[in-house]
Formats: sequence, structure tokens, C-alpha cells
Amino acid sequence: MASNAKFNFKKSITDALADKQLRANFKFATDALRGKRLAVLSDPEETLHLRKVGNAIKRKGLTQLPQLLEKLEAKCQENGIIVHWAETTAEANEIVLGIMEKHSGHKVVKGKSMVSEEMHLNKFLEDKGKLPLETDLGEYIIQLNHEPPSHIIVPAVHKNRKQIAQIFADNIPGVSYTEDTTELLAIARGKLREHYRTADIGLSGVNFAIAESGTLCLVENEGNGRMCTTVPPVHVALMGLEKVVEKLEDVPPLYRLLCGSATGQRITTYFNMIKGPRKAGEKDGPKEVHLVILDNGRSKILADTQLRQTLQCIRCGTCLNHCPVYTRIGGHAYGSTYPGPIGEILMPQVEGLDKKGMLPTASSLCNACEEVCPVMIPIPNLIRRLRDESYDMDDDGIVKGHGYKKNRLETMVWKGWKLTQVNATCNKLMLLGVQIFGNMLPKVGPLKAWTSVRTAPKFARQSLKDLAKKEGIRNE
Amino acid sequence: MGNNPANVKTVYYFGTCLVDMAYPKAGMAGIKLLQREGVEVIFPREQGCCGQPAYNSGFRQEAKDVAWKQVQIFSGNDYPIVVPSGSCAGMMKFHYLEMFKDDPEYYEVKKFCDRVHELTSFLNTVLKAQYTDKGSPVKLTWHSSCHARREMGCTEDSKALLRQLKNVELVEIEREHECCGFGGTFSIKQPEISAAMVHDKVEDIKSTGTKKFLTGDCGCMMNITGHMGKEKVAIEGQHIAEFILERING
Amino acid sequence: MSNVNSSRDNIFTRLKANTAASAHVPEVDAWVPAPITDKKERVAKFVELMSAMRTEVHQVKGDEWVAKLQEIMAERGLKNLVYGQGTDISKKLEAAWKGKKDIGPLVPWTQDAEAFRDELFEAGAGITTTMGGIAEAAAMILWPSPEEPRMLSLVPPVHFAVVKADKIWTSFAEAIEALDWSAKSPTNALLISGPSKTADIELILQFGVHGPTDLIVFVVD
Repeated sequence: MASNAKFNFKKSITDALADKQLRANFKFATDALRGKRLAVLSDPEETLHLRKVGNAIKRKGLTQLPQLLEKLEAKCQENGIIVHWAETTAEANEIVLGIMEKHSGHKVVKGKSMVSEEMHLNKFLEDKGKLPLETDLGEYIIQLNHEPPSHIIVPAVHKNRKQIAQIFADNIPGVSYTEDTTELLAIARGKLREHYRTADIGLSGVNFAIAESGTLCLVENEGNGRMCTTVPPVHVALMGLEKVVEKLEDVPPLYRLLCGSATGQRITTYFNMIKGPRKAGEKDGPKEVHLVILDNGRSKILADTQLRQTLQCIRCGTCLNHCPVYTRIGGHAYGSTYPGPIGEILMPQVEGLDKKGMLPTASSLCNACEEVCPVMIPIPNLIRRLRDESYDMDDDGIVKGHGYKKNRLETMVWKGWKLTQVNATCNKLMLLGVQIFGNMLPKVGPLKAWTSVRTAPKFARQSLKDLAKKEGIRNE
Repeated sequence: MGNNPANVKTVYYFGTCLVDMAYPKAGMAGIKLLQREGVEVIFPREQGCCGQPAYNSGFRQEAKDVAWKQVQIFSGNDYPIVVPSGSCAGMMKFHYLEMFKDDPEYYEVKKFCDRVHELTSFLNTVLKAQYTDKGSPVKLTWHSSCHARREMGCTEDSKALLRQLKNVELVEIEREHECCGFGGTFSIKQPEISAAMVHDKVEDIKSTGTKKFLTGDCGCMMNITGHMGKEKVAIEGQHIAEFILERING
Repeated sequence: MSNVNSSRDNIFTRLKANTAASAHVPEVDAWVPAPITDKKERVAKFVELMSAMRTEVHQVKGDEWVAKLQEIMAERGLKNLVYGQGTDISKKLEAAWKGKKDIGPLVPWTQDAEAFRDELFEAGAGITTTMGGIAEAAAMILWPSPEEPRMLSLVPPVHFAVVKADKIWTSFAEAIEALDWSAKSPTNALLISGPSKTADIELILQFGVHGPTDLIVFVVD
């Protein structure tokens, strides 16, 4: 995609770090979200148990993915849901457009869906003359401001109240500037309730799809998801194919993990389980329900049992809140649908290392994400794996775009380094070199990067090996 | 003097490459604290780096070669291997296994990994070291490295040793859980983000109002004191082993 | 469309090939919150947690809830109350409203949504029965029906709900079993834990964003 070719991670990082307001907004929000999570997942033992259960459900689901998806399809069809399969986001967009055109639909009200962000569905529909309207309050705010989400759970978290007040005043006709959140809410409520009543199509994501009964589960607090899936005559649900679970009994632990990790709630306001369109005798609900199941690279990720773990993700966003990098640069800097640690491992696999290989460099491997991941994805190890594949020194990479970083200079540096660590003579020479020249190295390359905000490392006149020898410490 | 209830007679010492090059005094202090408990310390001078820099940077084969060399160097006896760094210890205890998981050497590597201990947890939980503070009253704060905290889980051991020192007041830092921004090669591959992180860490340290911070990892220390030096912040950083040794020797 | 079929085939070909080398998954004990065996405690937990999320809970005996409902209707000057006919509670509502002129009228939902939607969007309140509740992460269970459609608990700004104390289980997992949920649940099933809310502006919790602003629950013993 053209937008990817233009994406300059370094520049977006520099810009984000220079924006003091942005950093303050993220720091405030992520500090708060971490605290809320801890208030609910307060018992470490129970939390670990839950995470192990969540991990097992998702892992087992992935090993049985084709069977579960076949069952889901059959059960959904039995329930009257029309099932569509899309290999790519372009196909998924065309499917949605096809459904809209079949019903001569113009206005689509959307519940929050990260898959629709992945598809860039709004842009696609707008280009086709349609009117896609985000209804989740956060999504509504950023759509007014023509921005993508900066967080997968709280999409407008990069904006504070004053900024939101300005966005409302600038973009909603007849609205004057107000920082009163009650007033802002009332304005959005008024606009959006009118849209639900008159929309042609309602669109939603899916948090869990239950194979054994063909049920689509949606998790939300606002009620916009229920509005979008209940009021308009047609409901289109979008899901990534990894969202399927085997049975209803799998849902309560995953639901608790999702609520606790995402927003620090024991339960959301609404848990909405949809089993099909309006049946004879029922007075409301859409007359047609469509389920669009998107692959977009996911089936390829399955092939490798290590990389496969990426697909365990339930999109809670807690790795974002705990990441010291995300909390400083914010979501937009990643230039990707999914930011933060999960984005660092998912995006390069979906779009290719050649396009998104720089994302895994944005981690200090501090393990904060792994510590809290509700389904225990070993994110740091997956980041290392993608870094390996970026250079692909062993020519055994499998991720699209592997080896994009291969270069003689860096390879030589590491080969030289290795020699100094496995050969005692080379090690001695290296230490001697460091003792004599270490403190007068020219500040270029890595040392320049280091000394931009730090003094140069001070190397000792005598190494520990020298001291140990002098002190007579036994050498084997 | 402690009681060394497990009657450990001999340990290996893995000094780490950074200590070797830049913080040899901290490394020697670790050796002396072990000797003080009646333990003989062997420091094989052929040792090198644990391999983490290459492992984290996408050069797994180089990391593996270095790791295998360390495994061999420490294979003469099955003594515990004590490391004055949570990060290097974590690398050797957990990530060596990950690197060799599909290799025939796995079991030999695993035996090595099982013998790896971080210095302060070895002193506190195995040797049960007891310290009498001879220093004058001082206020300081503690920085935990991410791997000390999340891989080796030795943060509480480090603090337990410090709490034995009666004239030392430990002021907890806000956001102790947060990375200082070192991350090995991360600090030079993403220098702007790393700079923002270390800046915030220094601010948090300043907010404790202390004039000194301790840590068990020299990577973090080089990062944090380096930024303090550049910003002319008059706070001193020191490795915990060096500090304890000074305090008990008066 | 042949294209669509080939997409499906291509996806399944990859899925099947790529799950062939499946990894071992260890068995883990199921996570089930410890049952609260005492009914009083269960109800108390339900009331405590529902109230904490700004739900107004009234614990009442027998048919007392009808009078309480009318009192609230009058107090708040609610315009009308939409309900479904032919339910557990409809007869009681109809009887209580007979000849009553000092509060908003009772409006039965009898038509399809297409004909009733505009009226519903202007309604003052709606009332529904429930299938019960869960206590440890408090929520009500709603199974909308032809009598009580889905929008009845969603569109009017005030939602009244009647929960039988006998039907409050400890957890979602318990309710799934007790209600034989997988086999019996209708087109749409819901857990509702409070009034509609959002924290999308500076994480400030605000109520009544799209759905009901007020949720008023009668726990009937």
C-alpha cells in the first residue's frame, strides 16, 4: 500500500515525542488504566489461573481452527446468518459494499471494530459515496477529526477534554465550544440516536464467535453496539478468523480476562449474544445478518507454532497500557492499525517485514507486556524472532519480507563481537583496547546515539579479570 | 557473617562483560560478599559475555555461539553460577533454554541454566547473609532492572539485604516497574525513545529526594548515570554489592 | 460468486495445511468462581455490585414492586412506560394502571419495530422481565422474546427490570448451566450490568451515552 511506503517511523517517533500534550495525555490515561486493571485482577494467584485458562482455550482453538470455523459456518447458516469469507481486506470491503448495494443502503452505523480499521473500511465506503458513521463515542470523536484510533480500546485517548471540545465545535454544525463532558455527551447522544433510527445498515465487530451454537458475542459499555446490531434492518458482523471459540463454556473466563485487562472492569455494561436475524413472530432485530470472516494473512501465521501465538490475542489493549514505549509515543506513531507491543508482532506478519519490520525495533524487551497479557502471548520472544527474521542470517525466515535488513557491516560487527567473547586471546586484546582507547573513542555511530543524552561510558583502567588475577581469585 | 545453612563450599562467578569493562569494582565487591560467607569463589578468566546483546538484536547464531562457549567454560564442576546482574542471569537461566530448545545440547544447557543465580538472591535466600551496618545514616532509592524483576524475580531479595542495614533509609521510587530505557542495543537503535524513557526515570529518581540510587544491573546504571551526568544531576549511582561491602566494612 | 467460493477454499486449504503440525496444549483446571451457597449472600452481592455501577436497586416482597414503580414514575414525571403483553408481569401492570390518570400511561408494544420504532424512540421508559441475575460480577440476564423485544431494554432512556431473587446465581458459568443456555437461548441474549456508560473522554465515567441513562431494578423475593 502506498501509505506504507511513505511511513517514516523515525520521523513519527520524533514528532510524537516532541508533542508534550500528547505525552501527557497518554501518560495520564495509561497510568489510570493500569491502576484500574490491578483493582480487578487483584489476586495474583487467581489472575495467573485465569490467564492459564485463557491461554489454553485460545491455543487449543488455534490447533482446531479449520474444524471450529467449519462448525461455526454450519451453525450460523442453520441460524439464518449469511457467512462470507474474505482472503484479503479488499475482498472484505467488496463484500460489505455488495451487501449495502443489494439493499440500496447509504448510511451505515458502525460499532467499534478493529477489523474494519484493518480494512480501512470507512475510507473505502466514502470513496464509493456511502456514509459510514462511527458510533462508539471515542470513534465518533476521531472520525469527526479525520483520524484513525490511537488505542484499540480507547480510540480517542490521545485527546483531552479541551481538544475534544474544539473538535466538536469545529465539526458539528450549530455546536459551540463547551468543555462540559455532560454537554458533550448529550450532543453526541442526540446526533447518534437519530442515526440509529434512520440507518440502512448496522455494522459491528465480534469479540468471540461460538462454534457449537453459531453465536456472535459482542462486549461493550455504551450500548452503541446493541443499537447497531438491533435497530437497522441489516446487520453485518466483521471478524478475524481467530476469534472463534469452541463452546459457550469457553466464554466466561475469556470475557473476564478481556474486561479486567482492557478497562479494569469485572463485567461490561452489555454482553450481547447474537444467534441470527429476526425470526417469525419476533418484533425487532435485523431481518438479515451477515458474518464476514477475514483472513488477511492470519492463516499463514498459523504455520509456525511460535508465531502462531500472535493469534491468541483477544484485543484487550493492556500491552499498550503497560508498554513504556507506547505510553511515550502513542498509537499514531506506529503508523499501523494495531499499535504497541501486539502491533509490533502482528503488523510485520500481516504486511511483511519489509514494510513493518521497523516496529519490532521499538521495544526495550522489558517484558512488561508479557507479564500482563491475559492469554500469555510471549511478546518479547516474538519480537526477538522478528528481529532475527529481519536479518535472516540463517536464510530460514518464513515471515513475508524476511531478510530485509541483511547487511554486511552490521553482520561483520556482530561476528567480530562474537570472536571477542568466545576466544580468550581476542577477549584479552579487546579489553586491553577498551582500557587504552575506550575513553577517547570518536562520538560517531552508536556512540553518537548514546551520547546524545548521556555521557560516554567510562571504561575501567583494569578489567575485573585483571583485578581478580591480582587478588588471587581462583581461575578454575 | 551469615550462617550459610546449605553449607555451600564453592561457587562460580560470572562477572558479566559490562562489569568486566566498566564496573570491575562492583564485580569484585560481589566476589568479596560471597567469600565473606565462607564460600570459595572461582572466576574463570576465559569467560565472556552472556550473549544477550546479539540475542536481542537479531543475531541469534552469534548469540548461540557465545552462549555455548559460556556453558562449556562453566562445565568443569556443578557449582552454582552466581551473576551480579539480573539481566545477564535471566539471559543465562531462561533464554539459553529457548535458544537451544531444538538442539541435542539442550540437556547440557539446561543443567547449566539450573545452576544460575542472581547475586543478591543467592546471598539472601541461599547463604542467608547477615549484615551489620557501620555507615552513617543515608537516604537512597532503588532501581530494579526489568529482568531482575520479571525474569529472575530477585527485587525483593535485593531490598531485603538493604533493609538489614539499619542506617539506610530506602525511599521507594514511583513507577519502579518501568524500564529505564536501556534495553541494550535498543538505546542506540531507538535513541529518541530510549532518551525519553531515561529522562523520565531520572525525574522519578529526583522526586525521591535522595542523593543516591542503587541497582543490581550495571546496564541500567550506565544508562541512568550517563543521563544524570549529561543533565548535571548530582545523584550518584552504585551497584548494590559495592554499596553493601562499603557499609559493612565501615 | 465463484470468487467467494475460491476464497473460502483457499483459506481452508491453508488452515488445514498449517494446523497439521499442531502443538500440545496442556489441560488446565476450569476457572469457576467459588459458589456463594447462601441465597441471602448471593442476593446481597448482586445488589451491592449492581448499585456500585449506578443501578438503582429496590429489594421488594411479592408485588410491592408495582407500587414502587408507580411511585418512581410519578416522582420523575416519566412520560409513559412501554411494556410487553403476555408476560409474568404484564397482568399486574395492566391491573395497577387501570383507571390511573396521575402518572404516565402504560403503552403495550404490539407492532413490528418498523411501525413502532419512532414511538419507542420518544418513549419515557420501558420495563422488562429477566431470566435472573449473576452475583459475583453483577449483571442481569435478559432473553428478549416476541413479547419483550430487544429494543425494549435499549431504546427508552429509563429501563425498569424485574429480577426474581430465586434466579440469582453466583456466576455466568452457573447461569449457563442452570438455564441450559446453549440449547435454549433465543435469537438475542444479554447480560446487562448497569446503565449505558462511557469513559472515552479523559477516562471520566459518564452514564447514558446511547442506551438507557437509568437502570432501575426490582429484586423480588
